[in-house]
This record gives sequence, C-alpha cells and structure tokens, in this order.
Amino acid sequence: MIDVAKVIKPAGPHRDRALTRQARLLGFPEVSITASEIFFLRGDTDAASLRQLVPLLIDDAPGPKAQLDGGEQTSAEPDHLTIEVARRAGVTDRVAVQLSESAARHGLRIEAATGTRFEITGAPALPEKELRVLVHNLLCNPVIETWSFGAVTPGFAHGAVEDSSTVEIVPLRGLGEAELAGVNASRALALDPEEMAAVAAWFAAAGRDPTDAELETIAQTWSDHCSHKTFGARIETAEGEITPLLRQLRETTKEIAAPFVISAFDGNAGIVAFADGLRLAVKAETHNHPSAIEPFGGANTGVGGVIRDILAAPARPVALTDILCFGPRDLDRRELPEGVLHPAVIEEGVVEGVADYGNKMGIPTVAGAVLYDAGYTANPLVFCGCVGEVMAGYDKLTGPQPGDRIVVVGGATGRDGIRGATFSSMTMDATTGEVAGASVQIGDPIIERLVTDLLIDLLDRPDPLVHALTDCGAGGLSSAVGELGESTGVAVDLTAVDRKYPGLLPWEVWLSEAQERMVLAVAPDQTEAVLARARHLGLSACDIGKFTGDRRLFVRHGEKTVVDLPMEFLHRGRPQRNLVAILPSPDRRPDPQIRAADATKTLLALLAHPNIASKEAIIRRYDHEVLGATVVRPMAGARQVGPSDGTVIAPPQRPSGFALGIGVNARYGLLDPERMAWAVVDEALRNVTAAGADPAQVALLDNFSWGDPRRPETLGDLAATVRGCCQAARLYGAPFVSGKDSLNNEYVASDGQRRSIPPTLVITALAHMPQADRAIGTALRGSGNVLILTGCTAREFGGSHFDLVTSHEGGTVPAPDPSAPERYRRIHQLMNEGLVAAAHDVSEGGLAVTLAEMVIGGHLGIDARLDDADECTALFAESLGRIVLEARAEDTPQILEALGREAAIIGRVVSDYELRIATPGGTNTWSGHDLERAWRGAAS
Amino acid sequence: MKPPAVVLTAPGTNRQGDAAFALEQAGAAPVCLDLLDLPERRAELEKARLVVIAGGFSYGDALGSGRIFALEAERLLGDLLAQKVAAGTPVLGICNGFQMLVRAGLLPGALQPNACGHFECRWVVLQPSSQHCVWTRGLAEPLQCPVAHGEGRYSCRPETLARLRAEDCVAFRYEAEGYPQNPNGSIDAIAGLCDATGLILGMMPHPENHVTARQGRAIVSEPGHHSALPLFACGVAHARQT
Repeated sequence: MIDVAKVIKPAGPHRDRALTRQARLLGFPEVSITASEIFFLRGDTDAASLRQLVPLLIDDAPGPKAQLDGGEQTSAEPDHLTIEVARRAGVTDRVAVQLSESAARHGLRIEAATGTRFEITGAPALPEKELRVLVHNLLCNPVIETWSFGAVTPGFAHGAVEDSSTVEIVPLRGLGEAELAGVNASRALALDPEEMAAVAAWFAAAGRDPTDAELETIAQTWSDHCSHKTFGARIETAEGEITPLLRQLRETTKEIAAPFVISAFDGNAGIVAFADGLRLAVKAETHNHPSAIEPFGGANTGVGGVIRDILAAPARPVALTDILCFGPRDLDRRELPEGVLHPAVIEEGVVEGVADYGNKMGIPTVAGAVLYDAGYTANPLVFCGCVGEVMAGYDKLTGPQPGDRIVVVGGATGRDGIRGATFSSMTMDATTGEVAGASVQIGDPIIERLVTDLLIDLLDRPDPLVHALTDCGAGGLSSAVGELGESTGVAVDLTAVDRKYPGLLPWEVWLSEAQERMVLAVAPDQTEAVLARARHLGLSACDIGKFTGDRRLFVRHGEKTVVDLPMEFLHRGRPQRNLVAILPSPDRRPDPQIRAADATKTLLALLAHPNIASKEAIIRRYDHEVLGATVVRPMAGARQVGPSDGTVIAPPQRPSGFALGIGVNARYGLLDPERMAWAVVDEALRNVTAAGADPAQVALLDNFSWGDPRRPETLGDLAATVRGCCQAARLYGAPFVSGKDSLNNEYVASDGQRRSIPPTLVITALAHMPQADRAIGTALRGSGNVLILTGCTAREFGGSHFDLVTSHEGGTVPAPDPSAPERYRRIHQLMNEGLVAAAHDVSEGGLAVTLAEMVIGGHLGIDARLDDADECTALFAESLGRIVLEARAEDTPQILEALGREAAIIGRVVSDYELRIATPGGTNTWSGHDLERAWRGAAS
Repeated sequence: MKPPAVVLTAPGTNRQGDAAFALEQAGAAPVCLDLLDLPERRAELEKARLVVIAGGFSYGDALGSGRIFALEAERLLGDLLAQKVAAGTPVLGICNGFQMLVRAGLLPGALQPNACGHFECRWVVLQPSSQHCVWTRGLAEPLQCPVAHGEGRYSCRPETLARLRAEDCVAFRYEAEGYPQNPNGSIDAIAGLCDATGLILGMMPHPENHVTARQGRAIVSEPGHHSALPLFACGVAHARQT
C-alpha cells in the first residue's frame, strides 16, 4: 500500500524558456524559472510496481528522466525559491485520469493527481506583493490550483467526502425587502428585487419555503444568461416605449422572409439551407467572465460549449470562429487593477485554450478577429462560434414524449462550474477570482470528441435513436432538463447521476456545470441500446428519470424531495423586467477639414497597430486545415502571410460550400452605436462578398457584449445598436438566425471605480458559396492586372484608426451605404463569371492599409493614383461599402460597365515589391519589405 | 479490385475521415477501425492490404503524444502490425500516427515539442528523398501539404541519423533547414522516414489534406501540381502488387 508517491519529471527546456520569457514580458527581467511536472500516486500497490510504471507511462525517451519520490529536497541556495502548485480536487485533469486508467490496464490500482514544481532564481529579493503578481500571473491560478513554498498537498479527486444527501430549506416567508436582498446577495442569486419578491410570493402562496436547489434552479433559469431578460424587457425611453430588443430582431428576420432560413432564434442554434440544400447550424457564444479569471479554462470551455450547441442542433461541427478582445499587451503591470490578470497573460491563456479545444476536437478554427483596447483590461471578451452540418435525423426529432427516459451522456458530474449562469450575469470585482473558483471549469476535448462520435451514431441516420436532445451548459442539469422538459414535465432521481467522486450535495449535482455532457430524451425501449453505445466509447451514461406529462419539475435524491416546481412558474413566472433607456444622440455633423498628415509614417503606424497588424502568431496555433475543407484560409497568398477577409469552407466531395465573415468595431460603438451596427453588418457582408460568396444568401448572428443594462445610458446604446442591426439586416436582406447577449461586463475596482467595456457587437455572416472553385483571395495575383476601387469614400474619421495613430480626433462614424447591397450582388456576378482575380475589402485604416495588405499577401507591387484632393480621406478614411478588385486589363471594361459610377480604376499591379500611391499632393512610395516589417512585426 | 485498407484510430484521433478520403481518391477501399472495436473487428485489420494510422490527439496526448496509443495497440493487437509488415503490407503513420509508430518502436528516434514552442499550422514543401520507401519511390515533384502539430521535431542519435541516411530511409525533407520552412526544427529537416523494409512510413505533415486541386489552389505555385495524392497512389500500387 503506497500512501503518496511523488514522481518528478523536468518539463524540459522549452517550457523553461517560455516561462522565463513570459516573466520578462511581465516586467521581471531578473527572474529565471525551471519547471518540473509532478505526478502524485497513491493506492493499493507497492514501490516495486510503481518503479515499473514510471518508465512505462511517465518517462520520456530521449528526454530527461523522471525521479520516483524525487523528493522534498529544496535547494538551500540563497537566491532560490521553490514553489509547488497542485490542481484543486475536482478540477478536470486529463493526465491524472489517463494515468490511473492506463495503470489499471497494466494491473495497478492507483489514484493520480498532478502538479508542477517551479525552481525560481532571481526572485527572492522581490517584495511579497510583486512575488504574488509573478506567481498568480505565471505559475498558479488560485481559481483552479493551490500553491505553497516547498511541498504542496496534492488534490486527489476523492479527497473531499461530506454528507451527500442534505437538502437545505431556505426560509423566505415573512422576510422583508431588505432581508430578501440579503438572501439574494449571500447566495449570489443575481436576481432583481422584483424577481426576489415574485419568488417569495410564490412560495408564500404554496405555503412552504424553497429548498436550496429550488432557489438555485430559479436563479439560473431566470438569469440574464439563460432567459435574456434584458432583451425581453419593457424599455421606456424619452420617445416612449420601444419594442423589446429580441422581438425587434425576430420581427426583422420574419419580415425579410428569406427562403433559406429553416430555424431562427429557436433551440440551441440557427439553421439555414442555402441553394445546395445542405442544412447548416450556426451559433456563437461568449465566455467572458470565466476567461477573465482562468483564461485557459474559460476560453477552452467556451469553445466546448458552443460546439455542444451545434451538436444539440443536432449537427456535425465543421468550423470554429473566435473573436477576442484584450487589454493592451504592453500594459505596465503597476497599472493593473487589483485581482486582475495581465492582458498578455490573459491573451496567452485564451489563445491556448481556444487552440487546445478546437485542435483536439479536430474542427478547424478558421475565422475571427482580435481587438486591443484599455477598456478590456479587467474584462476581456471571448466570442466562440461554430458551424455544423445538420444530421440526417433532424427531421425525425419528435421532442420529448411522456414516458421517455432522461439520459445523460458524456463526462461524469463533479463539483465544477457551479453557478456559472449567475456568475456570468454579475459584475466582477477584485475578489471575483477568489470566490468564483467553483464557477470555472477545465474542458476535456477528447470526451467531447467521443460525445460527437456517439451523437453521429445515434442521430445521423434516418431513424434516430433519440427523440430530443440538448446540451448541459450554464446551470447544468437544472437548465438542460428544465428546458427539455418544459412542455412535458420531468421526474429525476439525482442518485442515478454518474459522479466523478462522492461527496456532492444534491443541489451541487443538479447545478454542476461539469463539461462535455448532453441530455437526451430516449424512448424506453431504446434506452439500453443508447446507454450501451455510449459506454462502448468509454463515456459516462446514466438514466436519471423520465419525462412525465404533468408539467412539473420534480427532482428527488433517493426518497428526499429536492425540487418540486411547476414548469409554468419556472419558465413564465418571472416578472418582465422594466428598464429605462436614454438613447444616444451622436454628433453627425460633417468632419472638419483634416490637416495633412505624413502619409508615409501614418501608413506604417497603422500597419503596426495591434488591431490591424498580422494575427499570424495566433492563427498559426489553430489547426485551420483539419477536415480538408478549407479553401480560403485565414492567411492569404502563396506565402500565407497576408490577411484574408472571409474564409471559405467546402468539403472536397462537394462543389459548393460556405463562407464566414466577421464584423466588429467597438471604437465606433463608443461614439455612435447605431452606425456601429451598420458598419459591422456591412463589414461581415463585405468579407464574405470579397471571398466570392453570394451576398444574397447570407444569414447573420448577433452577439452583444455590453455593460450593466440597468444604467439607462448603457441600455440606450444597446437599444440604438439593435435598431441599427435591424435596419441594416433589412437593407441587406440578411436575416438574423441566432444571437446571444453577455451583459454586465464590468469590473468594480477596490477603490469603488466602475470600469465598463466598450459596447461590443460582433456580427458573424454565414454565406452560401455556390462554386467553391471560384473562391477568391486577397493577395495580388499578377503584374499588369488592374485595380478597381468599388464604393464611395467620404471624410468620416470618427472612431477611425487614423485617429488612434495620429493626433487627429473627432468627426463622424462612417455613414451607412444604401447602395452597397446591390453593388455586392453585381460584384458576386462578376466573380462568378471568373472576371475577378483578387479582392480585399477596405476596413480599419482605410484604402492605404487595404492596398498594403494586398501587396504583402501577393508579394507583388501596386502603382496607384488617387485623384481625391483630400489625401488623408483618400488614403485613411474608413467609409463603408468598399472593396478593391484586381482584374485582368481586358476584363476591366466589363467590370466598369457593370458597376457604373461606383467603381474606378485606381492603379495597376507591378512586379516590384512596393506600394506607390500618387495623389494631387505628391507621391508616396513604400517598399514591400518596410510594409511587411511594420505589419508582421517580429514575424517578418 | 480495390485493395482493402484500414485507417487505424484510437479515442481522440480526428483525421481518419481525411485519410479515408485520400485512400479512396487513390483507389483503395478504406474502413476506419478504432482500438475500442477490438478484438471484435480484428479480422478486418488482418485482411487489410494497406494500413494508415491517422492523426489527431489519441487519448488527449496525455502522458506524451502517441504513447498510450502505442501501449494500447500493443496490448490489443500484440505484434499484428509487425507481422503485417513482414508480410509486405505498407503502413503509413501520419502526425499522431507517426508519433505512435515511434513510441511503439517501429520507427527510430523521437518526436519532441516544436522548436518554436507551440502548435503550428502551415503549408510546407516536402522533398521526397527515398527510393527505398514504397510510399515515395518514383515521386517526381515536391509535395505541398499542411502541418498541424505541437510535437513534431524529429530527433535521434547521430548514429541513427547516419544509418537513416545510409539506408535511404529519409523519406521526406522540408524544403529548407530553418523556420518556417522546417516548421518544427527537425534534425536534418526530416519530415518523414521509413523503416528498414521501406514499408513503414511515418511523417508529421498531412498529405491527406492535399489530394484535390481545390485544397491546394490558393497555395501551390503551379495550378494542379504538388498534390500529395501520388503518395497514396504509390502505397495503393504497392498493395495491389502484393
């Protein structure tokens, strides 16, 4: 019997170099770090057997050797610190699970836990506060790990065993408003006072007090995260009451009446079928708060969550998107608000988290955007999207039938991610990381990969073995089972739920957001088959109850009643939110004349700005090739160094496919939210059009990340944005099919100061690509070709990146371009006829940036002449609706004829690697190498 | 008749569909076979005339890329793979499949974390360099296809390298020594290698992701060229002969 053995294995020079480099990035140039992995083993075995296990499972050839009981010895050198870190009990740990499973196959029954040992030199002189910054940013995240100087205590999953059947009764009857507010706060329910009152009134009428699980179930179901209460709220403005926001979006979609919409704003994802008849499911989600406190796990499970939304459609996931917003990478760490991780650390963790999940699932991550703004320092944004091909059984899903069994498949349930929905609906402060530990999970993409295989087996067939399904996301079983059984009622026994370890309280089992779980409604005579198929794949699978027909949510733990609520109250008992909005009145007077800027320097500064500069360092860490369907990649040109607009996906077996485009511009949102909405809808449409997709067959997703909507100005910005979205969608004939709002993205610093994020709208365009072989890239193709600018340019510098890199300030946000939709359709026609060689849209930084990027992508040159007297406007304005086309000289007349006055020849492609732009004010020339160096930074 | 092929997978493998598609394009009749389906489906592997071990993250790569895949394959298959090779069956391990073959001792050396320090996805140019390997024998032009891995830096002892060169076992080299052409920092720019029989090929890049013109259209210098389909065609042609 081994008590606890400890195996230490050096992590290797790569890890050490990365840590030391990151320490330098954080402002600790004197520190160097050496890391070792720790494996804690205990169980019914002896030292000799363990000694055989180490070379079999832990040692690496030819790497450094692992050491069994590699000891508690710490160096006595003065300039030396040893810190050990261990995962908290119950946090997902794939390595530990794999270690004990593999040991079992070799006849050893052991439990495993993991950790890391860091040997640090150059740090002891640091004051304690500084040391803590180093440890919490680099070595240990207290949300999921514990640490100590010297030997740490391992977090074996089976460590914590407590009473596991207690159901607490929470006295509400007779409480006054203030006392109810106290219960609301102390239990972190995040309910409005009117909602607390409605809960108290219901239980008073029922003549009893709620159980802990009932209160939590109501709080999760009524959270902004799950019920969109702000988007469903009554909103009063100075101009009178406005239509609730979600209804505006739905009505817009209905009005557009696009024939390709199969399902909009219903279920887990939007579903469309373009001209080729293939049905696609699409969805985007946010995972902001978890990513703020545990960047890797937050982003990781954000990807996992949106994939499950697509699986629940049910669809086979084929593409992922990610849109990330961070604070400045070079922020001085002394300016970091208390309890907040450094933006560079958040970025590193988030990117790794996105990459880890998508890469391991084998789904290409193909489209996205990255924005940097000081407003995101304490509250980064992580938008994750997924597209899937709808499975064959979709038409046969009947919905849950009374008598059907409730089957949970995937991972087992643990104490992870409890109260995620309410957590994400609250404002964060300096202690959030400490108290919200249980709200954050670590994903296990291999389990989700197996869940995908299972669902394809069960549902991608004309006779699916499942009547209905949904995923376990925020709120865990309480939301998933509660939603699936809304129209029937359910009876659940929590003792039947597979647990990772004993000791969970009933409400914890019910609320746990343990990842990689799906809830299925299965006919009784199919249940054994479904359970068997899941278990064959090594997945957890359990039958936890049935759909009843009595429209009650009844949950017990053995004989004990845990929840007994009517579905009607749970899903329709929430009082409608009443909110007040002050609509913004942005300055839309024409921009004053701009004093000429140094065009040469300005373009290089724009190219080097983090928002515009190459995202190659991130993109390369995502597998964008798996499935073999990627036609237009995120990096353009034969050298793969230029930026792409839209990306195009088309399975090699099929002639058609789809394109994805993303629009986001929070700087516009700060000045003119309604025009921001127009601008980002246009950007998403522009992107897919430039890639060769059909702009008449586009479905949109709307994702809003906003501050606290109870502040009338913040809500006013949101209302103006939704109005802009709806107007733009109608003009472009592009319906919204799904969306999501993430509100309360705010941080209250310890000095009481509130920081809200910039209002951030992300629009995703999913477009039909009728002939994937006609897909078009942004890189220049051939010298001698002609460049044509389509669309109109105006002096509009409000929120521009020109403002960011020069001293210029103010002006209007670019106005909507009502002629854009028709022009995009004509451009598409020209592309279909094979007349366009390359195309790149004009966005942040204006035309000069667009041309520079085409030069870099194609490794060719441009000789351009712009006749506009206002050089700055011609080069750097961000007017909407513009796409630059490259065409053979002989095709140019046909293009100009088709586009009329909205197209003009602006130059030619030349073989020298340089960009030359002549204006009435003179000629500027940039060598391609200078442009590339500015745009690619260290990568070039 | 199309030679039957098995695409061997383990829980966490994710490029089996891509590999099967490439085999079909090359004229084989592939089925996917997971270790979980053993021993019930062992006969399919026994009769396969071509085996591809597909890429992905078997067992999450926990405890090292390909390690558990290799251990489980040995536990469930014994030396069936070695027997098949002895009987002349070509075997191709791609990415995680290559890592598995190395862990299983069927190919020498080790695949270590990329020199750039992280997962890297990009298209590379592969120079076929072995007349001994049945998969590359007679390949006329360089292939272009993507890499997508975090642990692909091939390393081995100097004497192993000398032997690989002497026995014409270096199947593919990246087009240049330095980053990014050699995306992971492999010794001698080795992208793939074969065993002494020439039947087992292991490679980090993904030839299965460039078997149609459209897949490579935005990348290749000459339209329609540099496809990796001929690699699969060589394997299938050899399988037909045996």
